[in-house]
Amino acid sequence: MDLHEETIQGLHTKLARREVSSEEVTRHLLARISQLNPELNAYITVTEEEALAQAREADQRLANGDATSPLCGVPIAIKDNMNTRGVRTTCASRMLEHFVPPFDATAVRKLREAGAVFLGKTNMDEFAMGSSTEHSLFGPCRNPHDHERVPGGSSGGSACAVAADLCIAATGSDTGGSIRQPAAYCGVVGMKPTYGRVSRFGLVAFASSLDQIGPIAKDVTDCSLLLQALCGYDPCDSTSVDSAVPDFASFLTGDVRGLRIGIPGEYFIEGMDAEVEEAVRNGIRILEKEGARPVEISLPHTAYGIPVYYLIATAEASSNLARYDGVKYGFRAKGASDTLRQMYHRTRSEGFGAEVKRRIMLGTYALSSGYYDAYYRKAQQVCTLIRQDFVEAFQHCDVIVTPTVPSPAFPIGEKTGDPLQMYLLDIFTTTVNLAGLPGLSMPCGTTSGGLPVGMQILGRHFDEGTVLKTAFAFEQQTLTTSKTQA
Amino acid sequence: MKVDKKDVEYVAMLARIELSEEEKELYSEQLSTILAFFDRLKEVDTENVQPTSHVVDLVNAYRSDQVRPGPGVEEVLANAPDRAQRFFRVPKILD
Amino acid sequence: MEYEAVIGLEIHAQLLTESKIFCGCSTQFGAEPNENTCPVCTGMPGVLPVLNRRVVELALRTAVALKGEIAPRSVFARKNYFYPDLPKGYQISQFEAPLSLGGYVEIEGDGGTRRVCLTRIHLEEDAGKLVYEGTMEKADAGYVDLNRTGVPLIEIVTEPELRSPEEAAAFLRKLRSILRYLEVCDGNMEQGSLRCDANVSIRPVGSEGLGVRTEMKNMNSFRFVEHALEYEIQRQIATLDDGEKIIQETRLWDTSKNVTMSMRSKEEAHDYRYFPDPDLVPVEIDSTWVEEIRGNLPELPDEKENRFVEAYELPIEDARTLTATAELADYFEKAVARFPQAKKVSNWILTELLRELNRDEREIGGCAVTPEHLSGMLAMIEDGSISGKIGKQVFEEMYRTGKEPQAIVKEKGWVQIQDSSELAGVIDHVLVSHPDEVSKYRAGKEKVFGFFVGQVMKATRGQANPKRVNELLREKLQSDN
Repeated sequence: MDLHEETIQGLHTKLARREVSSEEVTRHLLARISQLNPELNAYITVTEEEALAQAREADQRLANGDATSPLCGVPIAIKDNMNTRGVRTTCASRMLEHFVPPFDATAVRKLREAGAVFLGKTNMDEFAMGSSTEHSLFGPCRNPHDHERVPGGSSGGSACAVAADLCIAATGSDTGGSIRQPAAYCGVVGMKPTYGRVSRFGLVAFASSLDQIGPIAKDVTDCSLLLQALCGYDPCDSTSVDSAVPDFASFLTGDVRGLRIGIPGEYFIEGMDAEVEEAVRNGIRILEKEGARPVEISLPHTAYGIPVYYLIATAEASSNLARYDGVKYGFRAKGASDTLRQMYHRTRSEGFGAEVKRRIMLGTYALSSGYYDAYYRKAQQVCTLIRQDFVEAFQHCDVIVTPTVPSPAFPIGEKTGDPLQMYLLDIFTTTVNLAGLPGLSMPCGTTSGGLPVGMQILGRHFDEGTVLKTAFAFEQQTLTTSKTQA
Repeated sequence: MKVDKKDVEYVAMLARIELSEEEKELYSEQLSTILAFFDRLKEVDTENVQPTSHVVDLVNAYRSDQVRPGPGVEEVLANAPDRAQRFFRVPKILD
Repeated sequence: MEYEAVIGLEIHAQLLTESKIFCGCSTQFGAEPNENTCPVCTGMPGVLPVLNRRVVELALRTAVALKGEIAPRSVFARKNYFYPDLPKGYQISQFEAPLSLGGYVEIEGDGGTRRVCLTRIHLEEDAGKLVYEGTMEKADAGYVDLNRTGVPLIEIVTEPELRSPEEAAAFLRKLRSILRYLEVCDGNMEQGSLRCDANVSIRPVGSEGLGVRTEMKNMNSFRFVEHALEYEIQRQIATLDDGEKIIQETRLWDTSKNVTMSMRSKEEAHDYRYFPDPDLVPVEIDSTWVEEIRGNLPELPDEKENRFVEAYELPIEDARTLTATAELADYFEKAVARFPQAKKVSNWILTELLRELNRDEREIGGCAVTPEHLSGMLAMIEDGSISGKIGKQVFEEMYRTGKEPQAIVKEKGWVQIQDSSELAGVIDHVLVSHPDEVSKYRAGKEKVFGFFVGQVMKATRGQANPKRVNELLREKLQSDN
């Protein structure tokens, strides 16, 4: 096996046994990145020097016999909306093109402390707003399975890098599906933890009530290992939950006998891709064969997920992005004789891309005088109903299994002219954020065109364990996961 | 919901975004389409439904009143597009 | 037409915490520009606020003391607008669900005690400071200092119930006194730790409706509040009398010209797009906490004033002045504890002590005369060791040097001569030296008595106890008769 094909688990064993050094793996991956990234565009910034320094430090730690952290010496990629001390954090935006944060995001700090090696910062839709990683200042990222197609988004760079073996694993952030959808499109495992599980401190906010950091990995075991390192209470994040984090590895038993799998009728809709539906239904059959019990459930407000999500997320975004005003950091439009007002308008006009501006406009509108009740408050109320749907459903099942996206990866450029069509792709993922639930996407087959299909597994609040248990059992039965031809 | 050019201009002013005439046209059309789709929310009976503002029910997250000095003025100003001594500098204030 | 004014106040009080409301930066006044800042209060990408518990505690103390109804659940919201002193592009404040509703402050007016009702008390963060050279209109650049950004404030909003600038000032004085008693705010208007905005309108006397109001800002002293409101009310009356309309706008008090000026902003109608801040969780106050705070409330100005009237039998005016600050009231009580003649103590504090302090613009805390020194001096007057006149000199000396009265009297040799035999000698000498006057006195010219007293005092350089001198002189003049 080539070094770049390693998993966290596999590499950890070799590093611990000193069969390979972290520096060696890191150099290998850096070389692979410089070879493939110009085409795939998965990375915005590659931090070669820092990575090698971290690798040598990890090697030192391993040489001292400290092999307790499974991430020690493992080269990973960080989505470019998580602050990395001393390394620019751009959010794929002109606004932050040269912004160098003076502190690490809590999640990044935890990974740093675990000894992980950071290869660089991955491409994304600007400020995490998008489902295709086309809306990036640094150009679109490509799907490793078909370079003419999108890798999904907004964590498209991370999913691409994992799928194309440009890193061992990566972090993503998920506001309405931004981890799960690109994981599905790229044929890798991605998980959005329960809201509050992972600190958001240092994650550049898109929609604060929905954003959550999570792992993107090559398999379920790696996903659980990276998740383990990310989770935990953080006093710097008021929405971080102070409860014990279980040992996720202990759920990876392969035993799903008696597990009740909820199948929501609303997620198998007319007009969805037949091959996607078939792949997911087949996945459910495999789980059933393993002793799990499918249960028909209903999530009646699913159809309202898109409007609710896009109203709440854009409203919060319009406020979260108000700080980019050309005063304290980031881009400021040129114009020596400008007044303050002109500076504001030009800076924000030139500093943000079209999709970000569209969403700021939408969110500002939804909050503005006269529309708050009709749009924003209404969305919050329907959000309550969506949450209640899940509470009710989980009375009858332990996990819910659905397609991640109704269709496989689409060609680059196909939907950029029609924002609503792009938004509609998020129909199966956004409700999960609105309810704050943990959700995972994993490969469950490929289309005839060779494109990966993602299956989504949802769990109760803080029950990532059962989600991982289900995913692991499924993975054990389907180890033929499509491997990338990058 | 029709979002006309005046609405777009008002919202752009609130959001401090300068728009060209073409952009105003485009956003007017796109926001109208999007909001027309979102109008399906009106179908939902939400009488007596509490709005959700936090997906997880947390309350009372506090820190104690202890001073933790910041990183210092240089670090705070390091990313500033324009500064003068210890201040962020901005263009003249009134039009 | 006769008009009456309708005034509502919005008071911003800085809470006395060590650190800011959402981050660990110091709240200390007077730091170098941008010294008290960090990624959180400068709104860097990715930062999150965490609420300072002490802020809630101090706000609760205020709300309980002002008889507000504490909300079991209050929520922080974002008020969205762009300004360089607002680094996040929104101010975190409370909007739909404030910490406390209702409550009141009682003020004394011409018609007796009046209750001014409060609308609400809520928590919010302060903004920073935008400075410029010269006037804002002419300056070609602005300079942003974010030291104040995130300093904790409570906003106290009154109902539009105040009817005159005097009432508004009385309310503000009373509120300031209460806040200082509670030790929640230092009340320093010059440094901006207590700020007042006012909504002012006028209406024909007898009418119930409300006229168009203007919002007044930048009134950073009691005097300015009164002057600005007076000016603004007259301006509104003149405007209506001229048949013109009052425009709803924000006006600034110009301290150099003594006028209110329109802010002439091209700004859109305020559309702050408030919504609950998703980065902060609701504040839930349980009754245990409220009761604990209620149990630990200090005695407030009104209660203290009443107690002073009853327990010390002081006139109401004395009690009111003495209880203006908790420090002064404590001073008084300490002095009375050692010299239990309340009215005498009160007189000395209200005349001598406050005169000196006011002249030097000092607070009682910075006064060199301790309550023990004052009471010690009063005891010396009382037991005749010194005269009242000498007392004043002793007091001035104490104020100047901080020395104790006994030491001063001794040092200066101001001890009063009380010893009868010593005085008798002096008196004999005086009488022998002035035989003519003695004859006149004995012939019935009693006015000459004063002359003898004067001579004795002169001979003792003022240190003779006048009462003893009188007694002894009379004795001598009669017995020798």
